[in-house]
Amino acid sequence: MSAETIEYLQGKIGTHLTGAEMQKDELCLSVKRESIIAVLRFLRDDAQCNYKQLVDICGADYPQRPERFDIVYNLLSLTNNNRIRLKVTTDENTPVDSATAVFSSAGWFEREVWDFYGVYFNNHPDLRRILTDYGFEGHPLRKDFPLTGYVELRYDEQLRRVVYEPVKLTQDFRRFDFLSPWEGMTDIQLPGDEKASIPLGWTPTEKKVVTK
Amino acid sequence: MSKTVAAANQIDVKNETHIKPYTMNFGPQHPAAHGVLRLVLEMEGEVVERADPHIGLLHRGTEKLIEYKTYTQATPYFDRLDYVAPMNQEHTFALAVEKLLGITVPERGQYIRVLFAELTRILNHILNITTFALDVGAITPALWGFEEREKGMEFYDRVCGARLHANYFRPGGVAMDMPAGLAQDMMEWTEQFPAFLKDLDTLLTDNRIFKQRTVDIGVASPEQALDWGFSGPMLRGSGIAWDLRKSQPYDVYAKMDFDIPVGKTGDCYARYLVRMAEMKESLKIMQQCLRNLPDGPVRSNDYKISPPPRAEMKNSMEALIHHFKLYTEGYHVPAGETYTATEAPKGEFGVYLVSDGTNKPYRCHIKAPGFAHLQALDFMSRGHMLADVVSNIGSMDIVFGEIDR
Repeated sequence: MSAETIEYLQGKIGTHLTGAEMQKDELCLSVKRESIIAVLRFLRDDAQCNYKQLVDICGADYPQRPERFDIVYNLLSLTNNNRIRLKVTTDENTPVDSATAVFSSAGWFEREVWDFYGVYFNNHPDLRRILTDYGFEGHPLRKDFPLTGYVELRYDEQLRRVVYEPVKLTQDFRRFDFLSPWEGMTDIQLPGDEKASIPLGWTPTEKKVVTK
Repeated sequence: MSKTVAAANQIDVKNETHIKPYTMNFGPQHPAAHGVLRLVLEMEGEVVERADPHIGLLHRGTEKLIEYKTYTQATPYFDRLDYVAPMNQEHTFALAVEKLLGITVPERGQYIRVLFAELTRILNHILNITTFALDVGAITPALWGFEEREKGMEFYDRVCGARLHANYFRPGGVAMDMPAGLAQDMMEWTEQFPAFLKDLDTLLTDNRIFKQRTVDIGVASPEQALDWGFSGPMLRGSGIAWDLRKSQPYDVYAKMDFDIPVGKTGDCYARYLVRMAEMKESLKIMQQCLRNLPDGPVRSNDYKISPPPRAEMKNSMEALIHHFKLYTEGYHVPAGETYTATEAPKGEFGVYLVSDGTNKPYRCHIKAPGFAHLQALDFMSRGHMLADVVSNIGSMDIVFGEIDR
């Protein structure tokens, strides 16, 4: 598939795409945000693509980018036995069109993305939080949300109910940095690395003994 | 005068018969909810008009936690997702990491993984079928099934030291080799297990009450099954022959000879039949694994990824350094991303793993099959009686560890 599939998709929906590539033999398309529904509908209904199943939607956060969120759609074609991954980027304030009109399974997947990342979906029939607690504040999978959260809860004997309180840690949350340059497996450069840097994918070659 | 009294007594049928749907709260502490499911049901009499599952009561933030752990530390979290089928989920994570690392697992390691993945599938299906039967009124299968399940748990115990949270499959292979004699004992178990399956079959398959509660309940057509993202026995119960072990084989599944049972009717009964038949197929795979189990290492000998043997560490400085680095810093995974999916007992379990080249995953999204299935409970239960909701939940094989993550 790979090259000819990409060529075929570029010909059919090339105007909607900003990129198409193979990542570890997985087909991945970058789609313009406004045309995600058109692309999903095409991939579902086109006889050659036939991606009948929306397996998953998830988010990812890259705070250093201007459009910090990736919304990742995973589709599966049972007849062609292959998968495709679509990516849309957005930020905190820009909504994405809901895929519920094309795939019913998108409903909860989009609720989850809304819950975890705070990405709003246009025309979603029921965009509520799904996995976090009733009345939860914030979007926990954003990179700037602390691992420990902001509130903790306990049962209050006097009030006879569960109460929320700000998190009190007896010891600050510690995140050890174990990162160190370790033979070939890392591509980050620390001072001094350049003296003994070994490129990725380096294989030992036979040492030649130089005789005088 | 009498006329006006009669008029007053007369009931305005149009206004009176419209009753606001009765809203009922099902769970979160209900034995038939299979965990902590809170279901808000809108009822018209005893007929369900709308089912709104409230999930997340078991949410533990697994995906967030994994972002703060090294790859080695992340593996045990997968046991705690679907705690009924722990090894299958480790399998997916291990395969995803291996794909990013670009390493292969020695053949013996692959065989052991497939062997235990299939054992886990059987254990999962026993639990599901027997508790499903319990929900619709049969107690005996649960009593008999749990005894059989315990025997499988014993194999878990012997191979990795834990009955439930195994942490046995690791990127690069499995944690340790099988102890002596385990292969024979498992072979013996696979030979006596069909007798139990037959007992279970006679208890349920033609049982009048069981059929009354499951046949034609919660029907999902093939189109609906695809549209709602079904996978695993839910998809096969609706008549679609799709199994990732066959179509996108991983490890040594390509070498195995097994069939994919497919249901015809798409109702709760079909899903039960599919699971019963799948257990027999899993037994076949287990026996093939045990018969063809090759000798050799069980995990990658690349000490940058898998720890060196204990004995070697006593003599070799190199091995000691590797061990120390692996258990403090962990290994670095080259930058990249992958969506890797396997056929877990409940359906397609997927891991979307993004690595930024450091020793911790940048993002690890977990695609749980039950999440998509539970979403469909609303359309499957509409127009059914309250008691049928219980059948639907039972036949979906709901475990909240994986749904709530």
